[in-house]
Amino acid sequence: MTMHAVREFFGTFMLSELLKGMRLTGRHLFDAKYTLEYPEEKAPQSPRFRGLHALRRYPNGEERCIACKLCEAVCPALAITIESEQRDDGTRRTTRYDIDLFKCIYCGFCEESCPVDSIVETRIHEYHFERRGEQVIHKDELLAMGEKYEAQLAEDRAADAPYR
Amino acid sequence: MNALVELAWIVTKIVALVVPLFLAVAYMTYAERKVISAMQLRRGPNRVGWHGLLQPIADALKLLMKEVVLPQNANRFLFVLAPMLSIMPALAAWAVLPVGDGLVIADINAGLLYVLAMASLGVYGIILAGWASNSKYALLGALRAGAQVVSYEIAMGFALVGVLMAAGSLNMGDIIRAQEGPIWNWFWLPLLPLFVVYWISGVAETNRLPFDVAEGESEIVAGFHVEYSGMAFAIFFLAEYANMILISGLAAIMFLGGWYSPFHGLPLLGPLFDWVPGMVWFFLKVCLFLFLYIWFRATFPRYRYDQIMRLGWKVLIPVTVVWLIVVAGLILGEVGPWF
Repeated sequence: MTMHAVREFFGTFMLSELLKGMRLTGRHLFDAKYTLEYPEEKAPQSPRFRGLHALRRYPNGEERCIACKLCEAVCPALAITIESEQRDDGTRRTTRYDIDLFKCIYCGFCEESCPVDSIVETRIHEYHFERRGEQVIHKDELLAMGEKYEAQLAEDRAADAPYR
Repeated sequence: MNALVELAWIVTKIVALVVPLFLAVAYMTYAERKVISAMQLRRGPNRVGWHGLLQPIADALKLLMKEVVLPQNANRFLFVLAPMLSIMPALAAWAVLPVGDGLVIADINAGLLYVLAMASLGVYGIILAGWASNSKYALLGALRAGAQVVSYEIAMGFALVGVLMAAGSLNMGDIIRAQEGPIWNWFWLPLLPLFVVYWISGVAETNRLPFDVAEGESEIVAGFHVEYSGMAFAIFFLAEYANMILISGLAAIMFLGGWYSPFHGLPLLGPLFDWVPGMVWFFLKVCLFLFLYIWFRATFPRYRYDQIMRLGWKVLIPVTVVWLIVVAGLILGEVGPWF
């Protein structure tokens, strides 16, 4: 007991624990670094990545969205606003589909709730707004996004299909 | 006319010392960020210039451009005066530090006393800054820094008394000359406990980790300089780093033989390194201590306030007092190559 106390006293006095800590950090000084040089190097993304939203169309050009408003109902942040109307051919379509990106938490519930795979989240995560109001994206912008990235979106949905 | 030439000569010497010192401060911040990030397995600044080498200059420009905010209820006079009071002693103390054999601005015979006096003056800048800001965080930070610096000054002073006993002089040049010889002739060996105590107190004096309770981010935001911005903040920053370099320089002079090469006077290796100017050896020794500062910062968590006080008063001061008696015995017995 006393021996232990004496050893502990000298250990403390010789700063043995501090030196141990310094040896650890000193070793790390020469280790390989984990830094990812971001704009030049990028981390790999999953096909399930949840980034900026898009509205998809069917291959024949018809928009998928049938204005069921499930996404609006499920959205936990109340970021989605939908208004709808009956079109001349008798089908129901949206006249307004707004997503407030400041409210959106990118949970992906809208995509999961969609019965026709219309609203989806793309892999885009690098974007910015320059003016107030720009954070609310409208139906035309969403559809344009869908058209632009359809190939990637279809591929990611196909890759994930077996697990859904 | 002669007086004028003299004055011009002194000013030239001051510029020749202060400009490299400021550059050293700037690149100390760069080295600190690089080394700490390497120890945390990051790469550190690497965007501005080659390997981020222009980063300190970009930072300095940014701080120059920024507005100096004067808090509404601050004492304006003291608020502006405090940064100056904190950088002035940090620079003034360099007057007596010989960077090479005979390369000193003021070769005065009470150099050690002068350095101690200047080191103590630095705390006024901190206390005034904390008080003049009229902010609770600043005041608490200033109180902590004040108490800590005052306590550790005693241990540091005692440690330097050992050097003064061993060298038999207060003149910086004479202290170094008393250590003439190879590495084992320097004072770090006979005064090892004092060396360790001096270095720990030096880290505490400059309010660096693990003794940086003065700015404890988690409790008091940034401590005494929380209300400062722009250039006024930059001056506090400069003062902190100039003080670190000063403490490192003092350690090199007092315990590591200043400008002497570690092989000085050895039969074979000695002449091999004779061509290296003393300034280079001094610079390398200072770098060693500055690296230790950074290494400590990357390794140790912050001490609790009462632990700092306990360490200072109950451990460091008794150790120095005991070792002073041992040193007195060594001197009386004329032991080894030192006395």
